[in-house]
Amino acid sequence: MVELIGCREHTNLFKILINVSLRRAASEMEITQTIQETEEEIVDEFSLFDNWEDKYEYIIDLGKKLQPLEARFKVDENKIKGCQSQVWLIADEVDGRIFFKADSDAVIVRGLVSMLIRVLSGHTPDEILNAKLDFINKIGMTTHLAQTRSNGLLSMVKQMKNYALAYKAKAQL
Amino acid sequence: MVSCFTIHHSQLTTMITTGTDIKPQIAKQSFDVTAIRNEFPVLERKVKGKDLVYFDNAATAQKPKVVIDALVDYYHQYNANIHRGIHSLAEEATAAFEATRDTAREFINARYREEIIFTRGVTEGINLVAATWGRQNIKENDEIIISGMEHHSNIVPWQMLCLEKKAKLKIISVDENGELVMGAFEKLISPKTKIVSIVHASNSLGTINPVKEIIEIAHQHNVVVLVDGAQSAVHLDIDVQDMDCDFFVLSSHKIYGPTGVGVLYGKRELLEVMPPYMGGGEMIREVTFDHTTYNELPYKFEAGTPNIADTVAFKAALDFVNEVGKDNIRAHEEILTKYAMDQLSKIDGVRLIGTAKHKTSVVSFIVEGVHPQDLGIILDNYGIAVRTGHHCCQPLMNRFEIPGTVRASFAMYNTKDEVDELVKGVEKAIKMLK
Repeated sequence: MVELIGCREHTNLFKILINVSLRRAASEMEITQTIQETEEEIVDEFSLFDNWEDKYEYIIDLGKKLQPLEARFKVDENKIKGCQSQVWLIADEVDGRIFFKADSDAVIVRGLVSMLIRVLSGHTPDEILNAKLDFINKIGMTTHLAQTRSNGLLSMVKQMKNYALAYKAKAQL
Repeated sequence: MVSCFTIHHSQLTTMITTGTDIKPQIAKQSFDVTAIRNEFPVLERKVKGKDLVYFDNAATAQKPKVVIDALVDYYHQYNANIHRGIHSLAEEATAAFEATRDTAREFINARYREEIIFTRGVTEGINLVAATWGRQNIKENDEIIISGMEHHSNIVPWQMLCLEKKAKLKIISVDENGELVMGAFEKLISPKTKIVSIVHASNSLGTINPVKEIIEIAHQHNVVVLVDGAQSAVHLDIDVQDMDCDFFVLSSHKIYGPTGVGVLYGKRELLEVMPPYMGGGEMIREVTFDHTTYNELPYKFEAGTPNIADTVAFKAALDFVNEVGKDNIRAHEEILTKYAMDQLSKIDGVRLIGTAKHKTSVVSFIVEGVHPQDLGIILDNYGIAVRTGHHCCQPLMNRFEIPGTVRASFAMYNTKDEVDELVKGVEKAIKMLK
């Protein structure tokens, strides 16, 4: 009897562990790559384009495909300052990894932010903080990093790193 | 052509010493846009592999060789601090600096040269008036009138003053065409109204406001008027005496001159009783630790070493505009503006913002379902420089319930072919973005 109960408990615990590991596996499946590897993947994709029109069409396409942020998150406190278009960014932490979601009313910005999410989302605060994000240069989107009022890519990167810093600080409390 | 535009320093000093005017040498001749373009070195450059199409002239105009040469010449030949040194370089620099004041006076037809105060630009000019005349004359519950199409530079200084003095800001509304609702204006004036600060030509819509009428009405109520000439001075003939404005402000860099220089015109009797803006060198007559007496006009308002080189080169810009002829430039720009408005409005989804009867060479538009920023990014890749966004006129954009516009603004060196490039660019961009 005691054994049985113990066994049942063991089984339940096992199931829970499976669930957890499944979840881990699932999330690991998405993020088996390092930030560096995803960056290289994007650079490879862009190397297929031989003119700027194709490049931008691709980014616009990414922008259109980015899942819109629910209206309740499109509030001032999630808005990134310093952008000519409106950009909202939210972050959540699951098991020490940070997941981002974002939206914008301008489609090119949506495309750019969708690439940033692809590269950074699902990584640990340290990984995000150390990310060099060279891919932006390599795919010829540096102009969007320019510190002008019209382009908010730099502000987006900063904000994503700020989230990483905040979650890192929280974890150390 | 080239030689006509080149005014060397040697010529300049002769002019100053002899007091002779430079007579426009090519003016009133036929307008040759190719020859004009040759005077602007930047137009030769490529952007992203394409010929530059520069349609952001309302933000800042490109500089002709004569202006660039004047800058270089100043630093090569006679850089010195002005109004103090007794050596030759200081004398030459002072003469050149003061020559710009004379040319600027003529340019806006001010009565006296001491009514021309050099500033860093329109923003500083308005802030100067708000901080000196404003602080002196505005009291609690007083009212300041501006319009719904002001640049932030003509909103914020007054808001700051209102906050400090517990005064009120009143707004002349703007109609659907982007024109002032003049019927509403006179009703806004009350015995509490002290100043009207109004833009002459809107930077985002191009609307030319009936400033003379506004000034006349205001003066009937003993209200002072400041005219923001940031956009108008380059396009329209400015006669501050005829207009009868009390203050007029302009920026050099929008008149093909260097950045960092502007003019504040004020009626002498007003300037004389206004307190100084900044304290420092140049603006003083005598300083003791107990008391300072101030210098006379215009120096009372020009504390510190001014932006000498850019001010000197600003004269070259004004001479250049005079030589080409403002009426020639205007006729050319009007053709481009009308052509651009016609062509752009043919594109499906394009909505022109600002269709006033009288406007400068500004074409502002939006495309249904397309964010102005996206359009601007694509146009940049075609080598076309336009301005996108709210143009520092957020209240006006709110009035039209839009996040911003795409703005193409034309200058003397732009061409119809360039407008065609813009139209093609917009069509292609829409295809990509929609």
